[in-house]
Amino acid sequence: MSDPWTTGWFWADTVIKVAAVLAIMLPGALALIYAEVKVSAHMQHRVGPYYAGGRFGWAQPLADGLKFIQKEDLVPSAADGLVFRLAPYVVIMSTLATFVVIPFGPDLVVRDLDLGAFYLLAISSLSTLGVLMAGWASANKYSLIGGLRAAGQLIAYELPLLLAVVAVVVQAGTMSLPGIVDAQAETVFTVGGFDVALPFILKGQIIGFTIFLIAAVAELSRIPFDMPIAESELTMGYLTEYSGLRFTMFFLGEYASMISLAAVAATFYLGGYWLPGVSDSVLNVLGPGVLLAKVGLLCFVFIWIRWTWPRLREDQLQNLAWRWLIPLALVNIVIAGILKVVL
Amino acid sequence: MGDQKRIVFPFPGLFKGMWVTLKTLFKKPPTVFYPDEKEVPVPRARGVISLDVEACTVCMLCARECPDWCIYIEGHKEEIPPATEGGRVRTRSKLDRFDIDYALCMYCGICVEVCPFDALFWSPEYEYSEYSIAEMLHDKERLTEWLATVPEAPGLEPS
Repeated sequence: MSDPWTTGWFWADTVIKVAAVLAIMLPGALALIYAEVKVSAHMQHRVGPYYAGGRFGWAQPLADGLKFIQKEDLVPSAADGLVFRLAPYVVIMSTLATFVVIPFGPDLVVRDLDLGAFYLLAISSLSTLGVLMAGWASANKYSLIGGLRAAGQLIAYELPLLLAVVAVVVQAGTMSLPGIVDAQAETVFTVGGFDVALPFILKGQIIGFTIFLIAAVAELSRIPFDMPIAESELTMGYLTEYSGLRFTMFFLGEYASMISLAAVAATFYLGGYWLPGVSDSVLNVLGPGVLLAKVGLLCFVFIWIRWTWPRLREDQLQNLAWRWLIPLALVNIVIAGILKVVL
Repeated sequence: MGDQKRIVFPFPGLFKGMWVTLKTLFKKPPTVFYPDEKEVPVPRARGVISLDVEACTVCMLCARECPDWCIYIEGHKEEIPPATEGGRVRTRSKLDRFDIDYALCMYCGICVEVCPFDALFWSPEYEYSEYSIAEMLHDKERLTEWLATVPEAPGLEPS
């Protein structure tokens, strides 16, 4: 593929790719909201949305979105106006920016950065800043406590997330995400003339995958790690003062980051767009579908966990991160390193 | 408290819970889509209380026992001419007003239990919601209409 920097098509190319990412992300987030309300309803022996849109309530997220848009965009008089208004953009941008490096197919990647994994973790931790901004600027004690809890939690779980990814990077030998997918497409052994390649989850990264998933749920502030927005204690935490379109942005951002973290997990551990026995040219067409299927599976696990498990207490939450996940992740890196040298 | 373990190994319970929600996900929810489909209540459901005016003696027991004070009764006494020549003039109570305010009623059924003359009955009908709370006060004509929906009393148990 020729570099668009030199061909002079850089801007057109970028605009098309950004539009494509948005065109996938926003309907994706809406579809995920629908999936959440429907799946949670049936897990609780309910039906969920039923009438909106004529059949199965498919238009419910759209109707909710329209309702939110009609609401007044309130800014509390004591709030720090600029920071308050800016916070949702920071959150949603950090989520959308992760899609710059995620490959949807052998050639379908916005930009293949050499430090892709590094960029990904750096940009996704920006959302912590947005949450903290929201909590601080709201001039509300619930928001502030929620923001502080979020900061403490997101910092604590950033570490296991990062360390789990380090083990993948060590095993793949590259930080570029397409490179990591290629490393999972390599033949491990041959059975009867058929080349068998394994994704990293089956190449000794099962512990890493588990750590990554737990940390991802915590990063998303979803149950069982939803202390920052614990309704029974903090109303809505850092979201308390938000209304209208800005609340919608936080809401969409939450589900968009669910998709983006699931996509990252799928790329690191489940082989991303890659499917066994399919050539590169076919994967350029099928790739996005394969990746989305894996993303859907992981999102279902997120939803499933949310509607089953109770919320952790704040001390249990920090215990889990510092006393269990981080040491385990460090051990996982050592094992990955040893295996890399020995094998 | 000090010797309590800080973290109990949580996994069996957590995964049992996951299995429960997964099983429930594929079961059919028992929801009835009310205006389109209607639920059939059990025959002895406590839907609405009906009144047999002829049996009522205005004894006021139901109104006194009602925990919500949702029954309003007014009556007067009438003289009945003697049945035979030279007989004694009898008096009997005549019911003027018998209202149940279903906005207050909590469907405990104490009035039905307490009635010594079998004038009150449960009916399984439940579709009598109104747009105005005042409409929830059913007068004795309305309460008598419900009488037609009262299921047949079950026969005595064989001795």
